[in-house]
Amino acid sequence: MSSHSIELPRWIDLVVLPVFNLMLALLVAGVVVWSVGLEPLQVIRLLLKGAFGSAVGWGYTLYYATTFVFAGLAVAVAFHGGLFNIGGEGQATMGGLGAGLVALALAAHWPAWALLPAMVAGAMVFGLAWAAVPAALQAWRGSHVVITTIMFNFIAAALLAWLLVNVLKAPGNMTVESRAFGPNALLPGMHQMLGALGIAWPRTPLNASVLLAALACVMVWLVLWRSRAGFALRATGFAPEAARYGGIAPRRQVMLSMMLSGALAGLVGVNEIAGVHNRLLPDFVAGAGFAGIAVSLIGRNHPVGIVLASLLFGALYQGGAELAFEMPGFSRDMVYTLQGLIVLFAGAMAMVAAPMFARLHAALTRRGAAGG
Amino acid sequence: MHGIDKRFGAVQANAAVDLTVAAGSVHGIVGENGAGKSTLMSILYGFYQADAGQIEIEGRPARIDDSHDAIALGIGMVHQHFMLVDTLSALDNVMLGAEPDWRLSRAREKVRAGLQALIDDTGLAVRLDLPVEELPVGERQRLEILKALYRGARILILDEPTAVLTPQETATLFETLRRLRGRGTTILLITHKLKEIMVLCDAVTVMRGGRVVLDTPIAQTGLDALAQAMVGRRVKMGREDQPHRAAAPADAEVLLRAEGLGWRDALGVPRLAEVSLALRAGEIVGIAGVTGNGQSELLDALSGLLVPQAGTLELGGQRFTPAHWITPRRARELRLAHVPEDRHQRALVLPFPAWESAVLGYQDRPRYARAGWMRGATMRRDTAEMMERYDVRPRNPQLRSSKFSGGNQQKLVLAREAQLQDRPPRVLLVGQPTRGVDIGAIEFIHGRLRALCEGGGAVLVVSSELDEILALADRVLVMNGGRIAGELPIERCDEAALGRLMGDSAAEPAPAAA
Amino acid sequence: MPRSRGGGRPVDEIGTLLASTLRLATPLILCALAGCVSERAGVIDLGLEGKMLLCAFAAGAMGAISGSFALALLAAVAVGVALSMLHGYACVSHRGDQVVMGVAITMTAAGLTVVLGLAWFKLGGQTPPVSDAVRLDPLLADAAKALAGVPLLGALAQAFLGHNALVYAAFLLAGAVWWLLYRTRFGLRLRAAGENPAMVDAAGVSVIGLRYRALAINGVLAALAGAYLVLALNSSFSPNMTAGRGYMALAAMIFGKWHPLGALAACLLFGFLDAASIRLQGTMLPALLGGGEVPVQAIQALPYVLTVVLLAGFIGRARAPKALGLPHVKER
Repeated sequence: MSSHSIELPRWIDLVVLPVFNLMLALLVAGVVVWSVGLEPLQVIRLLLKGAFGSAVGWGYTLYYATTFVFAGLAVAVAFHGGLFNIGGEGQATMGGLGAGLVALALAAHWPAWALLPAMVAGAMVFGLAWAAVPAALQAWRGSHVVITTIMFNFIAAALLAWLLVNVLKAPGNMTVESRAFGPNALLPGMHQMLGALGIAWPRTPLNASVLLAALACVMVWLVLWRSRAGFALRATGFAPEAARYGGIAPRRQVMLSMMLSGALAGLVGVNEIAGVHNRLLPDFVAGAGFAGIAVSLIGRNHPVGIVLASLLFGALYQGGAELAFEMPGFSRDMVYTLQGLIVLFAGAMAMVAAPMFARLHAALTRRGAAGG
Repeated sequence: MHGIDKRFGAVQANAAVDLTVAAGSVHGIVGENGAGKSTLMSILYGFYQADAGQIEIEGRPARIDDSHDAIALGIGMVHQHFMLVDTLSALDNVMLGAEPDWRLSRAREKVRAGLQALIDDTGLAVRLDLPVEELPVGERQRLEILKALYRGARILILDEPTAVLTPQETATLFETLRRLRGRGTTILLITHKLKEIMVLCDAVTVMRGGRVVLDTPIAQTGLDALAQAMVGRRVKMGREDQPHRAAAPADAEVLLRAEGLGWRDALGVPRLAEVSLALRAGEIVGIAGVTGNGQSELLDALSGLLVPQAGTLELGGQRFTPAHWITPRRARELRLAHVPEDRHQRALVLPFPAWESAVLGYQDRPRYARAGWMRGATMRRDTAEMMERYDVRPRNPQLRSSKFSGGNQQKLVLAREAQLQDRPPRVLLVGQPTRGVDIGAIEFIHGRLRALCEGGGAVLVVSSELDEILALADRVLVMNGGRIAGELPIERCDEAALGRLMGDSAAEPAPAAA
Repeated sequence: MPRSRGGGRPVDEIGTLLASTLRLATPLILCALAGCVSERAGVIDLGLEGKMLLCAFAAGAMGAISGSFALALLAAVAVGVALSMLHGYACVSHRGDQVVMGVAITMTAAGLTVVLGLAWFKLGGQTPPVSDAVRLDPLLADAAKALAGVPLLGALAQAFLGHNALVYAAFLLAGAVWWLLYRTRFGLRLRAAGENPAMVDAAGVSVIGLRYRALAINGVLAALAGAYLVLALNSSFSPNMTAGRGYMALAAMIFGKWHPLGALAACLLFGFLDAASIRLQGTMLPALLGGGEVPVQAIQALPYVLTVVLLAGFIGRARAPKALGLPHVKER
């Protein structure tokens, strides 16, 4: 997935290339914006204002970013293991379901300090399990994990729909959603946590999940680059033959990387279900799995890049929502388009740009060596 | 072909090569690894262009820039790895690219008539309507020849055709080739099997080190002459200036014993057949032979990367059978180390920094991993020490593995396998130890291998460089066609004996040449 | 045939069900054929969903603006081929990852269609309904009506007559694609390129040329699928109207083992399941099966479950073209 078949110095690979691809995507998006009669620079200005210009804006931006961090980490972990996890949507759906089921079962009996970690665990386990099945099919039956995870996305949506309509629907309620779990199943909001410290903060969906996301970033970094499991995972992703030579079992690695990926995707459910909605409802994932692909690609599959990219996307989502109010011609779909363009340039077209940079770099270093 | 030169980087693959082939004859081209025969034929078929020299086909100067020019000139080539589409029928495979009609049913009719005539004429029996995946290997090869002939090949190049055939299939092939010769087709046979040359060819050219060393009609030569020419006169050179090393006592402990290893690949071709060997403490055993005769598979089987279908392995007091074969992890636990032939794909993870590649295979040792976490500082320190001891440059453990030159990568891998966290391995398997390594480092690496033996270990070396085998080994096993063709203690290794074994002739003295 | 008191009703039910099946299966068939052609040549196409969506939008927009069926269709085809060529540029000419490219096309199309729709028509992302002149007329509808009362024939007429041209075209195209792949020189070379491109290269045929041509056909077929949605099934474009059909078509292609006629059968099966789930929505299960409502979601999920089961090798083997997804780099 990365351009490591072409030799590029790390600073080009990790900084120049993603920025270049981002610029290309923004350029094309800007053309689209301009072609529908809007002023691109004005759009950018208002976007940034909507995202960062107020505490409410920051709150929403960070709330969106939290979801994207989880989704991006999920995709990144799988990439490092040599797999493309498109199943983030389904795994996130199941994660939310897991958290919700735990809440429905235990909310009446357990206090918040026990229930909330249990919900997090439930989300991770469900997400992990949903990724484990395609992984096992790939490892033992050779079924292509890309196709199976896409299928599983749809199956997850159908499963959730069926459960909501037939089993979990709050009685007497017209809308398709479960009953509310109750206050002890709701993660503390940022306004509550800061309020406890004496800081005034407006009420936004931003909740304690953001701390979980930060923790997840650190953990993923530690696991990938400092742990034995991460060593084995990265070796398998880069060089499966060498990994086998090194005593690493390839099937086990497929399982482990996908399960870790699924668990991370499941945490999206924590942010949404345990952090905001406090009930189960359909389509709370809303494309986060695909956004995670874009985030991971432009963030070069590294937690630092993912955090930056998530902030960017969070800003785009929040700023976009604000902008949709202020400018009648603008809609959030512009952000989805930009997302797609980023996947296009940073993902698919990466092999078009990378050789160009390699040649440029070679030419410049040659000239430098000759002249120096 | 006159005066053909071809250089690849530092290697002169062909130097002033002259090759004259009479029309309607079978001409053998013999050589061991790196002799230049494949390069020469690739030039003839248009895969490469010669740096210097001319080519004349049927008396006329020819310019061959790519394989299509070659085909247009009537040159056809049958490669070692068949270019066939498994799911299509044999007929479709022949037709592809030269279909006489855009409607397949019409095209097949037109082609079938011509093909059937060709089949009857040449005796190349191929069932045209079966998908290729259902055809046995010998039939697939006949199909490849048919393909070349269908495109009007009057000169046919066959690259090691008998490598994948059973003896019966080989006999059938020879019959076919004789019939083709009778029809006026010129055949160039690239092979290292000297017996085949004597049986089939009208003339033979022996190459060594990029040059032609012998060019003669068959009637005027014999197996011994060919064997000597193939191997050359440098046998004793390697040993003269080595410090005398005491030969291992014959009753030294057997560290590794393999019995009857057998393995067939996906096509059913036996790549290993009844291979047995024993490694004793303190000895270096060399595996010689033309590349592709099972040496790689042998190393893979012994190190656990390949599970054979037959045979047993005894190592470190444990016995392994195909049902529970050794794994790379277990092998390392039993103090067997392996320097793979393909260091880029196997031995290193190229994007990893050196300090991570340096523990590949040993990442689970307590020294490097504690409670699931890698001990990076220790790894880097050990890497620096390894680099110091084995003179790996640049001495930077943080540098990406891919940035090191081939020689330095090899030294790093060897350092890793030979060190095994301060305890030398008991058995070291090494494939192509000095490929791509500069001269100074070669001496160093050889010294290290010898030191390992002096410490009581055993080394198994596979090398395509006969010089290296002769310089290092106490005894030499020659592999041919997946079998061990013969074994010679180093004192009895002379050109003739080695050449005969490598050229797949019996080890007993050959009858006097006619 | 059971004859109930209502005078042949179950048969009529089946007739309408079959009619719905054909209507719903048509976009699947066209997309699955598009995927077949592309993947048989060795190029993975995960962008079918996005292509279909963008082409539907193009048809809807052009149809509304121009009032001409021909122009609407042309617009769809132009967009479809353009997207496929982009796919080819990134993945065939350069070594871009085919899976990622497909995802990129789908994501971009989802957003772009709504953005342009809002900007041009200001109808919340929809295109204005196209006039009847632009839409496809049902063929032989009068014959179907005439036969309505007749016991068996009426049901059959209901099922197979009265559809618009694209429905029949889909079936014909399935046959045409089969003929192209298995009965022509081009098809032979295309299939070889998907199995062993090195061999095709060595035989003197350009693998890149073959793949681009396959992608062009893929673009046209996907465009027809998109056009059908707007010009026949509904009458305007609405955001995300493809609703996962592109992926279901992919599943059908795999279920049909990459064979056009197999894909046709699979699409009919999936279309039937879709029609059944719509028909059965709200109906109650007999007490024998536990009562309660029919689990429509289960029926909707069935195509995907079946595909997974097939891929896992539990109901026969689905062998993908050997060189699928691998970028072809010319050796030497």
